[in-house]
Amino acid sequence: MAPDAVERIAIESDADVVTARQRARALAVTLDMPSTDQTLLATAISEIARNITTYAKRGEVCIELVRDANGRRGVKVVARDHGPGIADLERALTDGYTTGGGLGLGLPGARRLVDEFDIQTAPGEGTTVTLVKWTRG
Amino acid sequence: MDRVNRIPILKLGHLLLVSIQVDMHDRMALALQEDLAERIAETGARGVLIDISGLEFIDSFIGRMLSDIAGIARVLDADTVVVGMRPVVAITLVDLGLTLPGVRTALTVERGMAMLPAPTVDEDPGDEEAETAGP
Repeated sequence: MAPDAVERIAIESDADVVTARQRARALAVTLDMPSTDQTLLATAISEIARNITTYAKRGEVCIELVRDANGRRGVKVVARDHGPGIADLERALTDGYTTGGGLGLGLPGARRLVDEFDIQTAPGEGTTVTLVKWTRG
Repeated sequence: MDRVNRIPILKLGHLLLVSIQVDMHDRMALALQEDLAERIAETGARGVLIDISGLEFIDSFIGRMLSDIAGIARVLDADTVVVGMRPVVAITLVDLGLTLPGVRTALTVERGMAMLPAPTVDEDPGDEEAETAGP
């Protein structure tokens, strides 16, 4: 996946969460992504960006336009923080599990909204969530 | 401290009407929840109509806020109906796994109003809220 453009958004407050979802949507529009997919992607970003403000206080979201080997285009999002990390990843990916007082739908919900989802984390090491939404063939 | 933009709450007879037209950040959503609770208590409104036709995204935070508003209104003796949800937002909510517990929905404002209590005879349908001061 070679990036066509990269946008970096610092995440430090709830207003930055709004900026991240709106910028992602704006980039998805440039790919002529269907509006449903734009909304799914933007909502997924909202969830992972809010996890940064809730658990790590600050971090960043990088949004890239990418294309795969077949020329299919998509939006790739990398959300990175140096917060406490996730001790029990399996549970964190289960609906309804939370340590932050939320609904526990953030990570599992975001995973359902996108095409590719990856998470790298360890206690004390921070968390990096990568997600991709492809344009439909 | 930056100021929180507030969502206006309109009194319409015995109902309160809220139309969310902007992409709310979390503090704005929480301020709306507090403002609405105060307005219900202050006006004795029996119903709350929340128009979300302007909302492009509902994530789990905003979804929970809508459920919380309905719950708070309920214990303050008011019913809540959320109207005007965009189809893409409905699809997102279901994918997310958000079921909006306790929130009643209607497609349009008209249908939503029909689901809320009608004004009773002793309730002043006008807007003179301060007519009777205290019990």
